[in-house]
Amino acid sequence: MPSPAPEFNAGDAAEAWHRIHHRATTPVAVDNSLPHHRHMEAPGASDQGGARRHEDLIEAIAARADRPAFAELFSHFAPRLKAYLLRLGADPASAEEVVQDAMLTVWRKAASFDRRQAGAATWIFTIARNRRIDRLRRERRPEFLPDDPALVPAPAESGDAVVWTTQVEGRLRAAIESLPAEQSDLIRRAYFEDLSHREIAEASGLPLGTVKSRIRLALQRLRERTDDLA
Amino acid sequence: MPDTVPAFHPDPEVLLAYAAGSLDEAGSVLVATHLALCPGCRSELGRLEALGGALSAGLPPAPLAADALSAIMARLDEPEESPPAPTPEFDEETRRSVPEPLRSYLGGNLRDLPWRWRGFAVRELPLAIGASATDGGIRAALIRVRGGAALPAHTHTGVETTLVLSGAFLDGPSRFGRGDVATATSADDHQPVAVPGEECLCFAVIEGPLRLTGPIGRLFNRFVRL
Repeated sequence: MPSPAPEFNAGDAAEAWHRIHHRATTPVAVDNSLPHHRHMEAPGASDQGGARRHEDLIEAIAARADRPAFAELFSHFAPRLKAYLLRLGADPASAEEVVQDAMLTVWRKAASFDRRQAGAATWIFTIARNRRIDRLRRERRPEFLPDDPALVPAPAESGDAVVWTTQVEGRLRAAIESLPAEQSDLIRRAYFEDLSHREIAEASGLPLGTVKSRIRLALQRLRERTDDLA
Repeated sequence: MPDTVPAFHPDPEVLLAYAAGSLDEAGSVLVATHLALCPGCRSELGRLEALGGALSAGLPPAPLAADALSAIMARLDEPEESPPAPTPEFDEETRRSVPEPLRSYLGGNLRDLPWRWRGFAVRELPLAIGASATDGGIRAALIRVRGGAALPAHTHTGVETTLVLSGAFLDGPSRFGRGDVATATSADDHQPVAVPGEECLCFAVIEGPLRLTGPIGRLFNRFVRL
């Protein structure tokens, strides 16, 4: 069984925050009137201390097969992906394999990255999640196709609603720290233990209804903390 | 017909499990097919995936094997393994009624599939989806019900989740139309009825064996496994 969740320590969280937000500014107010991707590429945003944002690295890989950019991205994300896979019960050798597999997918699929749809950490997380299902659980990962003729598009009035995804990632990380432990633990277990809420209820001895209502309360809180960004 | 937005959605903890990657394959097919029909849930999925990104990127890094970086740099020019299998062509009815990813699991057009009759007004097509299909824990099926007809009354030992693909059915006071997800637990003894005038096509994922209730149902139990 996985051991209890190692809590984020404040130093790690702050470090991670600054890696994502290379500008040392705290994004308090969001001006939704600006075209988002342009705003995020504002002059100065990408040359803080010579470091490039992770989103810039992925775009450099897509634009010109930029190997140094990939090496930088790998050095940051691969050890975190390995930690994620270990938490999900993979043995170290399989975890390394899935990390290699996922990062190779990042290299090959970089052109499909769209920072208006997802931040770098989110996009890489979804790739690792899917590669794990494929390689370790040996199942397919069914997903909708954005260009499916049967897909019901978003109503026209929300067509411009672009999510500030890197801000969402940072805001969510802060928000989950502010949840009561009984709620944040369940959310972490949902991502890191490969258990259904029913199995979480059995493993924790909590009634299923309690698990469901705590998860719903936690998700509601996280929504409230990010609704202004969507 | 204008697109309408679904009124009934997967339970929040089920969408969370799909975002986290812990939902079984059959349940994931149902959720992802609902997502194709529900812009609101697609938006919520984006938030839940961002949460996964934030949590996984916030984990304390685990040291990699010493040669991990050089190993992957050496692999960047490898050709991609096999190109994805070509997707089969479907007829207009199938493409319109059944969004991806469910469509790819059908194996043919709706009109050509080996439907099995279940009573006078109900046809069923079991689908083998994922690893759990072989161990018997979770079953998935397409179900067509003639307009105005009732499904056999039944209860289940586990949860039954139904996604409406075309037509509509009434279950108690609720009307479930295209894209709607109905979730019934073992506590529900229910008898959904298809809305008259149009056949209702559904995709159902059922955990645990079904138990039919009512006099006809009890007879049914002896020789069918719905």
